[in-house]
Parts: sequence; C-alpha cells; structure tokens
Amino acid sequence: MDTVKPVYLESDKCNGCVNCMKRCPTEAIRVRNGKATIMYDRCVGCGECVKVCPTGAKKESYDKLETVNRYKYKIALPCPSLYGQFNNLTDTDYVLTGLKRMGFDAVYEVAYASELISSATRRYIREYGAKKPIISTACPAVLNLILMRYEHLIEHLSPMLQPEEVAAREALKEAEGRGIKREDIGIFVITQCAAKVLQLKRNGSSVDGVLSVKEVYFPLLNEMNKIAEPEKLKKAGKIGISWGSSTGEAIGLGCDNYLSADGIENVIGVLNEMEHDKLAGLDFIELNACSSGCVGGSLNLENPFLARTRLRQLRKHSADTKVEVEDINLYTVDKPYESVNVFRLDDNRIEAMKKMIAVQDIYSRLPGMNCGSCGAPNCMALAEDIVRGLKVSCKYKEAEKK
Amino acid sequence: MSSLKLHYDVDGSDFVSCGRASEDVKRTLKNIGMPADVIRRVAIAMYEGEINMVIHANGGVAEVEIFEDRIEIALIDTGNGIADIEKAMQEGYSTATEDIRELGFGAGMGLPNMKKYSDVMRIDSKVGEGTKVYLTINIS
Repeated sequence: MDTVKPVYLESDKCNGCVNCMKRCPTEAIRVRNGKATIMYDRCVGCGECVKVCPTGAKKESYDKLETVNRYKYKIALPCPSLYGQFNNLTDTDYVLTGLKRMGFDAVYEVAYASELISSATRRYIREYGAKKPIISTACPAVLNLILMRYEHLIEHLSPMLQPEEVAAREALKEAEGRGIKREDIGIFVITQCAAKVLQLKRNGSSVDGVLSVKEVYFPLLNEMNKIAEPEKLKKAGKIGISWGSSTGEAIGLGCDNYLSADGIENVIGVLNEMEHDKLAGLDFIELNACSSGCVGGSLNLENPFLARTRLRQLRKHSADTKVEVEDINLYTVDKPYESVNVFRLDDNRIEAMKKMIAVQDIYSRLPGMNCGSCGAPNCMALAEDIVRGLKVSCKYKEAEKK
Repeated sequence: MSSLKLHYDVDGSDFVSCGRASEDVKRTLKNIGMPADVIRRVAIAMYEGEINMVIHANGGVAEVEIFEDRIEIALIDTGNGIADIEKAMQEGYSTATEDIRELGFGAGMGLPNMKKYSDVMRIDSKVGEGTKVYLTINIS
C-alpha cells in the first residue's frame, strides 16, 4: 500500500496527550517521545483523531486551492454535504454557478454521480444475484476498515465505485468530448472527508486533486452572494442530495429492508454483529464513519446536525430523481477487493502463533489498566508492540521495580 | 509447539456485554492470520455459546485452546442442565422465556448453529448440575 497520508501531525502543537491514540479505531497511533505518531499502514482515514485533538495538532491532508491553477481546464466535483453548509439554500444552481464564477470551467455534481450509483445498485440487487446483505462502499473509511479487519465480509461489499470516482470519469468524458486534452484537465473533488484523500490519491483515480469544503466555502459564498440569476447546471435531485447524510443512500435504493449506522464505534458494532451472523435477512447496510454521515466530515464547517436539517429542507425544493442506468459495469470497480491484514503478527501462521503466545504471556503480567502512559492505546497493544520488537515498556511495571 | 490458551468468565447477569469473549477470540485469531472462514465459524459458535450461558445458566466459563491444526472450545456452566439434549439440538426448539424472546434471543438456533459451524461437538449435561459443551473447529 502507498503511504498516502490522510492526516498528519503538526508536531509543535502536539503535547503528547493520549486522546487521539485512545480514540483511533484501528490502534494506528502511538505516542513516542511525547508526540503522537501515526502508523499509516493501519490508518483508515476516519478523521477521529482530528476531531478529538484538543490542541489542533492533527490535520487532514488536502490540496490547497491554488493547485487548481496548474490546469487550463478546471472541473469542480462538489460533494452533496457541501449543500448543507449554506443557510436557506433552495436551489443548488447557486452553488454550482458560484463554483464556476470562482474560476472552474465546469462542474459535475457528485450528487448526480450518486444517483447513477443508486440506480446501478438497484439493478445489482434485482438482477445480479448480489450476496446479501450488501455493504455500501461509499464511505472510504468503512471500506478500509473492512478490508483490514473483516476479511470474510469482503464478499458482501458493493462493487460500485465511489461516487467521486464516477463523477470524475463522467466529467472527464464530457471534457474530452469537447476536444480538451487530458493533460490540460484538472479534476478537483470538493469534499468534507479526510478518507477521500486516501481513496482518491491511490490506485490510478481520475481525480487530480482534493479540496476541502472549509477552504472553498468563503470564496464560494462570496461569489454566490453576487449571483442574480444562476445558470441552469444542476442534474441531481432528491436522491443525490440525500446521500450527504446517513440513511440517504439506503433511501435511494427504494427498499425498506436496510440498516443504517453512523459514527465509527457504531459501525464497528454493526460489523461485529454481522460477523456473528446476526444481520442475515437484510438487503442493504449503509455505514458511515462520521456521525450523521458525510455532513459529519471533519472538513466541513457547519454543525453536522444542522447541515443534515438543511439537506432535508433542500430536498423539498429539489426534483424527483428519475435517472436509470443501462450498463451497471460502467460504475463498478475494476478489480475485486482484497483483504489487507496489517495486524497479523507474522506472515507465517505458525510463527504468528508463537508470537501470540508470547503476547499473551506478556499481557498476563501487565496491570490491565489500559492507561496509555506507555504510548500504546492499551495493555494488549503494548504486549503486541513488544513482541513486534519495539523498545517499549509499561510505566507501572518500571515504577514497581524502583 | 505449545498451544495458545485463552480463558474467559462469562457474566451471566449482563446481556449487553455478552459477546466479549468471542470478540476477543476473533481479535486474537485475526492477529494470528487465521483463515477468514475459520474465524467466522469460531466467532458464531462461541457467540451462541456465550448467549446460551447467559440465557440458561447465569453465566459460566469459556476455555479456548488454539493449536496448529484446530481450535478447541469448552463452554462450561453450572446451570440447570439440559433435560432432553436431542430435543435441544432441534432447530427452533427453545426453553427461553418470553422476556428473552422479546429481546430477539432464544430462537432455538444456539446449539444447532454451534453444531453447524464446528467439526466436532460433544455435550455433557446433567439436570441440576450444569452443561459442558466441547467444540472442535479444524483449520484446513
């Protein structure tokens, strides 16, 4: 795996507290020499560490707005949750026109790409003998988590591409159709999501850059306030807008037999239940790492619950979605997902077992307080770190010796 | 090579924490790099065992031993015991109370699932003394 970094540390600001380390769902953070270090191969990009950091030392990676100027033909792909950032928005054409006035030559709504995926998924469930329940892959943090920790649930993953990737491919087709050369085209997702960076910068995506909602917001609002009559640009209707908050994607499938959960701990709870075979009988499972769904993304400005309410109000002013796709293969991943178990103690199972016996032996002698003082999130993680060869030890045990 | 032994006390008064033992076993097996299918079978069988101990026996203990080629699980309680093991093994048969069923448990799939997902299953039970369920899951 490439070391794409969805989050990074501003070292000066980090005071070595254990908040981020304790919160990380994949135990990817260790405090070393008083600073929180990230093991990037374990990072799913959920952004919990950014949200919980009391000193603002954890930051999301994204491209600066100036990056767009490298390209002659600039395309903006706004994510649905962007619409929830504006008060009293009743027409998304204001947002799309505002983006064009900011300097983008074209816009392609991720909300519309989401409607294409909703339609493709409906057909996938109906006609392609999908392994139920299907787990949505729209949330990249959840997808990464499943690939790392839930190998046997991989067969339940929806084969659909990320909506941003679909939007990028469609926008590229349109631009190239107008005779514009690929090297002149810059495709930029405007997102709320740290994990999208991880997703879209890896594996030959059609996206050229990832911009944050919080950086685009003020220049965009400035342009929007000047619009007397917006251009007619929007294609997305109710379903696409709904994708911006949790349950939106499931509702877009038009089936009642779904489960929707948001917040990374709740997501893990659902995946664990699913491993116990408790969710058989459902058609679809929508999981969002952020509380309330994409509106809860850490690159947004607005309170997630307020943003969700605004999306609900915007829906009332939006057209019914009627899009139906013909060839679902245009929207599916190029190759099947594979598990990435970065947690195993050794590639050889027998060796891994020997190491696990050593881990259990060390663990049995640790205090079990999970205090984090050693720089690992809990005593079991410390025991594993020791067996992995790291020079670390328990502060309480050291104190006892003295 | 020696085996890896894990011991768990299953709290009989607590539905909410039920499943902790199987969660921990899952984590351990994943970090060893066991095949996904083995982890799944162990997870389901153990979870059913834990639930059974909480519903019927006011808790008990779970002993798990991981060998190179197999996983052995012993679920031991000192509850009421099973009066008719043959009947208890039938899908849909349950002696769980209405209250328990309201919670979505007691569907009569516990022992049948444990049998389905294990390679060898043995039950020792005496009414008034308790139940011991032994499961073996082979690692292919």
